Amino acid sequence: MADAITAPPYRIIPIIPALKPGSMAGSIPYIANEKMQEAIGFPGKLADNWQETHDAVIAKMGELLSKYRSLKVYLDACVHCGACSDKCHYFIGTQDPKNMPVARQDLMRSIYRRYFTLPGKLFPKLVGARDLTREVLDEWYSYYNQCSECRRCSVFCPYGIDTAEITMAAKEILDSVGYGQKYSNEIIGKVHKIGNNLGLPGPALENTLEGLEEDVKEDTGIDVRFPLDVKGAEVLLITPSADFFAEPHIDSLIGYAKVFHASGVSWTLSSMASEAGNFGMFIGNYEQLRKIALRVREAALELGVKRIVVGECGHAWRVAYSFWNTLIGVGAGANDPYAIQLQNQLDLRYKQPMHICEFTWDLIQRGGLSFDKEANDKHIITFHDSCNVARASRMGDLPGGQFEIPRNIIKTVANNFVEMRDNTTREKTFCCGGGGGLLTDELLDLRVKGALPRMEALQQVTDSHGVNFMATICAICKAQFTKVLPIYGFDRRVVGGVHQLVSNAIKLGDK
Amino acid sequence: MASIEVGGKSYETDEEGYLVNLAEWNPDVGNYIAKEEKVDMTDNHWEVVNFLREYYDEYQIAPAVRVLTKAIGKKFGAEKGNSQYLYDLFPYGPAKQACKIAGLPKPTGCV
Repeated sequence: MADAITAPPYRIIPIIPALKPGSMAGSIPYIANEKMQEAIGFPGKLADNWQETHDAVIAKMGELLSKYRSLKVYLDACVHCGACSDKCHYFIGTQDPKNMPVARQDLMRSIYRRYFTLPGKLFPKLVGARDLTREVLDEWYSYYNQCSECRRCSVFCPYGIDTAEITMAAKEILDSVGYGQKYSNEIIGKVHKIGNNLGLPGPALENTLEGLEEDVKEDTGIDVRFPLDVKGAEVLLITPSADFFAEPHIDSLIGYAKVFHASGVSWTLSSMASEAGNFGMFIGNYEQLRKIALRVREAALELGVKRIVVGECGHAWRVAYSFWNTLIGVGAGANDPYAIQLQNQLDLRYKQPMHICEFTWDLIQRGGLSFDKEANDKHIITFHDSCNVARASRMGDLPGGQFEIPRNIIKTVANNFVEMRDNTTREKTFCCGGGGGLLTDELLDLRVKGALPRMEALQQVTDSHGVNFMATICAICKAQFTKVLPIYGFDRRVVGGVHQLVSNAIKLGDK
Repeated sequence: MASIEVGGKSYETDEEGYLVNLAEWNPDVGNYIAKEEKVDMTDNHWEVVNFLREYYDEYQIAPAVRVLTKAIGKKFGAEKGNSQYLYDLFPYGPAKQACKIAGLPKPTGCV
């Protein structure tokens, strides 16, 4: 299966690579089938008659342009200065010029100009406008599924154009005409049907958590609980379902449980909201974004919790930090009756929502946790900032808290910490190569190529400082790196969670 | 819809070669998928595949990798109870590749 896929060579001098036009035109993820599409309210497939699809695309585009002013500004404002062109990890790794952010935007901008601007209606050729054809739509499907919505390019754009928002609009338009992507849409169906992206039913979750209690007891001699659906708990932990299933994710889940145990704060997971991830954002669909988020509110109201804490999941933290307030009433902004009920229920002396790293760091600062740092001495650690945390959210009370707090935790629980080079971390971090709904096997070639800049930076600190552990706080990053690290010659276990390191070092019971 | 042909009978699969109807699975189908995956099935492989199917019967999902390693270690010997052993058997990842051979649906999400 994967044996044909190899890693591209590291660049000797990391400058703009030579162009390979069309090299990724064949990168096409599986299309969602009718059942998957219809289960989440989209047409099952493209209309048989092209004109019908054509008109529907233009109508949907018009609707989005009137609804999202930002989209119109982004499509109007670009002056083709080229500042973004070499900032995308997929462009760097694939060398396909259509993966330059400006070119990706132009796939839609050319249609926008043709149908929504006067010069484009009158003199299309002069202004780079083109007719919408089936070929254009196929090109959208391919290249908008080569954008992980990481927003690195927007950091460098003098106008602040956010390519991710254009990608999201494209995915929304494609879904609305029956041209959805299987990976994301199948998962959204599972969230509604079973409660999480993985499709993990309640009894299996319960069994897994019981097993973890046994494991931790065996390792430490201490009864650390992994509570599920406990009414009246103080904290509801919302975490990606991969934390219940995959390696190394599960080691961070153990870390959260140990922190809660040491803190004495009662907590619970919810079988109804056993998923932090919200792929509604990836596909740019507000209704799904909200519907998926509402599960969290329902669980919080039912369990009567006072606080909501979010586990290590990048895009979930963006949704929680930036959108939960108006979507469901965690934070101020929503004013429907249930949002008000939740506002009144939550303890507003605490941040709502709170990231697990904020929870842990707060305890550390108050002297509530103690560590045996030597337990992590086998690791020389670096930190990979996850894009949605880095560029779309914050933690703590100070600007840049989303960068400092995870690093501060690592430095508290371990002795050896090394930064990767400047322009690959913090707000300029490179995507892991698997975000935005692209973490699917048929896109492995794209994922491997997209990981190139991160792998180069990791290789550098591995060579110079012997780094052997890259910590991160995102389930997608963890899964993606586990898969691609070996293709670049690293051990898959080089990647792990921040709370995995916490788990290794935390002292339980003998503070 | 794609399909595979084993022993003169046709089995429906998805685009990635996962069996659509898991009730249709039998060891011959498992062997066939394994061959496609370039996995040489030994008794050790079958121990894992059979455990996966038992677990699925009870919980309607494949077990977490950690649950799998623990169970295999308990059942078949401590030296088999680690994830490296499972990766050696199923190089593309025990969760996905072993599930595919066992005729179970693919685990989705950030895994």
